[in-house]
Amino acid sequence: MTTTPLIRVENLTKHFPITRGIIVQKEVGAVQAVDDISFEIIQGETLGLVGESGCGKSTTGRTLLQLHKPTSGKVFYKDIELSTASNAVMREMRRNIQIIFQDPYASLNPRMTVGSIVAEPLEIHNIGTAAERQERVKELLELVSLNPHFINRYPHEFSGGQRQRIGVARALALQPDFIVCDEPISALDVSIQAQVVNLLEELQEEFGLTYLFIAHDLSMVRHISDRVAVMYLGKIVELAARDELYENPLHPYTQALLSAVPIPDPVLERKRKRVILEGDVPSPANPPSGCRFHTRCPIAEAVCKEEHPEWREAVEGHWVACHLAK
Amino acid sequence: MVENGKSVILQVQDLETQFSTPDGTVHAVNGISFDLKEGETLGVVGESGCGKSVTMLSALRLIPMPPGKIVGGQVFFQGQDLLKMSKEEIRHVRGAQISMIFQDPMTSLNPVLTIGKQMTEPLLLHLGMKMEQAEARAAELLTMVGISDAVQHLSDYPHQFSGGMRQRVMIAMSLACNPQILIADEPTTALDVTIQAQIADLVRRLRDDLGMAVIWITHDLGVVAGFAERVLVMYAGFIVENAPVVELYENPMHPYTAALLRSLPRVDGSSIGQKLEVIEGLPPALLEKPMACPFAPRCKFVQEKCLNENPPLQEWSSEHHVACWVDMSTGELR
Repeated sequence: MTTTPLIRVENLTKHFPITRGIIVQKEVGAVQAVDDISFEIIQGETLGLVGESGCGKSTTGRTLLQLHKPTSGKVFYKDIELSTASNAVMREMRRNIQIIFQDPYASLNPRMTVGSIVAEPLEIHNIGTAAERQERVKELLELVSLNPHFINRYPHEFSGGQRQRIGVARALALQPDFIVCDEPISALDVSIQAQVVNLLEELQEEFGLTYLFIAHDLSMVRHISDRVAVMYLGKIVELAARDELYENPLHPYTQALLSAVPIPDPVLERKRKRVILEGDVPSPANPPSGCRFHTRCPIAEAVCKEEHPEWREAVEGHWVACHLAK
Repeated sequence: MVENGKSVILQVQDLETQFSTPDGTVHAVNGISFDLKEGETLGVVGESGCGKSVTMLSALRLIPMPPGKIVGGQVFFQGQDLLKMSKEEIRHVRGAQISMIFQDPMTSLNPVLTIGKQMTEPLLLHLGMKMEQAEARAAELLTMVGISDAVQHLSDYPHQFSGGMRQRVMIAMSLACNPQILIADEPTTALDVTIQAQIADLVRRLRDDLGMAVIWITHDLGVVAGFAERVLVMYAGFIVENAPVVELYENPMHPYTAALLRSLPRVDGSSIGQKLEVIEGLPPALLEKPMACPFAPRCKFVQEKCLNENPPLQEWSSEHHVACWVDMSTGELR
């Protein structure tokens, strides 16, 4: 594996305005969905992004692809800055960067056939003749283990797992090298999840894809990722190589999150000591001062309430934002 | 009835439930039998559509009829068949002696009534309390499930509560009449993992303090591992395996259970570098009552006999029951 970053994110921030008034809208605040985060994704790797609902992980994925315009900060694909790119440049760029959505029931147009869903990106980018596109669609369906004869069927004729395969085929149509996988398996049953994860791994090997794998299932993220980033309330609190993060978590939130994951083994599960966090995640419209985790942190001190913790490299390759972590 | 020193408080026998749909009759539950002992925690696992929720809803006669129909079976609770009771009688069992909490705390509370109003309702209805008494008890229950400033929260509406707090309110409501059995239908599925741990911990503590039996329905084999004493594995409306929890995870005897356990990645990292085991295909649609083993089309150990006859749930040891013709260790018929 090379170490050149394919995607570079610098101080990315996305705030959604809260407005009041019907005719004259006044901005009265902002939901700080993503706040000043920086990371790199290296060519060929899978970066896992985990956190609880509302922590900003999906917004990060979408802002990175410019599906939301960032409030501030920069996103680079290779050396091209996406955050200031013109629409024409951005459209070209979309050939290289794609997304697979969470809900395979909502992300496929029910009135389009599978063939036209998968062919749509090819049409938009004027690739090939109609006949060539048809051939390519069949090839893609085969690639994701769907019968190419299904080309004229509609999404409702497929199960959840099969629909997610259609979503994968659509994302692959333009031969991208980077794919944001936004909770691709959360809506699927356990026995079907493994099918889709294995498919994503096979495709990565075959085409050298780079993934940003967004999920809340920490066991699955450990299985598929090379490095893992943990988000809490719009901030990345920890980022490290997979085994380093799971074996030696430095941030108290990561520690609590890992200890909350149930292990499917009754003997181990009953011996574990859990860190159970008190309370709920605060609102991102009004995040706590200082370290955003201090309201729930079991080891918080006075300094945590006052100052933002610095994003620092505690051990080589292991980044953390905590005043107290060693 | 007494078994191993503990009496059986709920006994389900040959329960069968069907739904009529525009596509035909769906055979959701196909003759299920199990016992629940006093104070026991029973886990019920299976994928969506396997009939785990319908089984419990049928037992309490909570399925909408029509389209649902309980076509056969008995559910004994304190010597009485719940399926034969009058509507009035079963209302005194439901909510009072057997209570249930549901998956989605966002939709199972009434959005236009205050928490206090909803919490006092079972107390007024089942226990005949006076309003003042009921409010004091409601506040006490909220405190018990870890909601501070309970008295003030009684005048709040559900939208003022977060998901985890709503589930706590649901649990408090279900405990209102000191039930002997608590049925929890995927109570943590809609919640985040740290909140999930809080709720599981709460139910575990309440179970120990109050000595009630718990039936925990889930698709998460991890949650069951830490929680249940015995586990039922369901597939296509049948119980395919019934065993004590440690026995089930260490020595699964049904190919479906075994494959399901191997398809899970482990947070301890022991599955890295290996492909996850895949169960090919899909569960059956259940528009016909399965005559063969319902898992046969997806099973790696399938034999001729599996395609012709549906295996009954047989006793392997006194505690371990399995519905499979094949011995997985040899791949031969038993």
